[in-house]
Amino acid sequence: MKLNQSIAISENGFIFNPATGDSFTLNNTGMQVVSLLKSGKTIDDIKETLTAEYDVDTMILERYLQDFISDLKRNNLLLEE
Amino acid sequence: MEKKVFERPTITKLTPGMPSKHGSGAAIAPIRYIEGLKIDDLLEKYGSPLYIFSESVIRKNIEDLKRSFTVRYPKVQIAWSYKTNYLDAICRIFHQEGSWAEVVSGFEYDKARRNGIPGEHIIFNGPGKTEAELLKAAKEGAYIHIDHFDELFLLAKVCQANNVTARVAIRVNMDVGIYPKWDRFGFNYENGEAWDAINRIMANPQFKFMGLHTHIGTYIMTAEAYRIAASKLSELAAAVAQKFNHYIAYIDMGGGFASRNTLRGAYLSGEDTTPSFDEYADAITSAIINSQIKPDKLPAIILETGRALIDDAGSIAGTVIATKRLTDGRRALIVDVGVNLLFTSFWYDHKINPTQAHSGLVEETVIYGPLCMNIDVIRPSLMFPPLKVGEHFVISRTGAYNNTQWLQFITTRPNVILIDTNRQTHVIRNAETIDSIVSNEQIPDHLK
Repeated sequence: MKLNQSIAISENGFIFNPATGDSFTLNNTGMQVVSLLKSGKTIDDIKETLTAEYDVDTMILERYLQDFISDLKRNNLLLEE
Repeated sequence: MEKKVFERPTITKLTPGMPSKHGSGAAIAPIRYIEGLKIDDLLEKYGSPLYIFSESVIRKNIEDLKRSFTVRYPKVQIAWSYKTNYLDAICRIFHQEGSWAEVVSGFEYDKARRNGIPGEHIIFNGPGKTEAELLKAAKEGAYIHIDHFDELFLLAKVCQANNVTARVAIRVNMDVGIYPKWDRFGFNYENGEAWDAINRIMANPQFKFMGLHTHIGTYIMTAEAYRIAASKLSELAAAVAQKFNHYIAYIDMGGGFASRNTLRGAYLSGEDTTPSFDEYADAITSAIINSQIKPDKLPAIILETGRALIDDAGSIAGTVIATKRLTDGRRALIVDVGVNLLFTSFWYDHKINPTQAHSGLVEETVIYGPLCMNIDVIRPSLMFPPLKVGEHFVISRTGAYNNTQWLQFITTRPNVILIDTNRQTHVIRNAETIDSIVSNEQIPDHLK
């Protein structure tokens, strides 16, 4: 799973997809996940980073991460490998 | 190092130039405390969901309403509308503040009596009074508000058969320029029915004609309607004085003052559009004072305000059970407060706030209750922060009608607590159990 490399990401949580013209806004955790994806991290790496940083149960993290990934896919921001 | 609080990641598509009906989606501030007590702690102690009432807010509302009227008019009496909320503890707060009881059934009448209210401080409204209830109310000196001619004749028969006199008033319906026009209760003003009823009452020596009552509707958002109603009732009172040299003791303006909740589909928030008590008071008192009634014979004004006195004193706190993404992309939250507990969600876009802070981002969300029923929707659409499973929220202004029109449906009803003026909490209705629900059921022998 890879982030669509053509998309532009600003530091303060905005995403622009030049292929579709869509803009998005992310909350802090959303921004963090997208940045990690952009730097080539795998979902497992991301889980590890977030569990270390946040007070969150692994199961709950997994559940919301899965949700977020499907939102990214729905918005054409992720490419299936 | 202490770990950070986890907010579930969200992404929201921006649609410049095409704001949704919610506009840009303002951040929703958390409501953490009610009367200085942490909502999360109350939920932990008393369970979720939880009805929470504030005694201070109730007392303040009564004081505000009283002040608005008494600065403009010499005689004002509030009668607590039992059907709005007849939990005994709530009623007793109103009675401690001097409110009479306004009841619409034998059940409510008995509840008021149990709460220590004498018959002569009970206003007995409603279209369905039985012979036994009428007799009891007449004997105890309650104000019986006659709804229709059949009740008038029934009461006459009851008084004659038992040799009692009854203190009566009539309910009058009329056109006050608003829609819907309520004409199913009482006698009509415009077609002369009300005047006819008054004449029949005045002709019966076992009736003491005490007053005139109207209830023009519910959630009335214009004070002008009350001015028209008060003015028409005053004309009737003046006509009675002229013809019979009889001065009625009171004009009862019923209820119907709007609370600050926002009606479903309303463009503007109820907080901006609801008239103040002062506006209602000004309309009603000036209509009566400016009428043909002689200044030394002014009747008392009785107010049966329910909703506007209790709505913002009650809240329901609850917990998120699940989150979902709907096929149209909207976020859905499933919470443990259903329409069985929040009947008013059919009428209002209730204000809902999380109990914890979130980043400013909100997304379009549907809030569903836990019932396995398609109608169980608390808010069909609002901009809401990304709450996680197990997080808490509080729904404000739920004090009116939800503890009387609630349904024991699919599940049991939770605890109701009162926060007193010293910030002590009291359970005023215990959570139901399966035993309390089935205690009235009986199983025939062949099914045992």
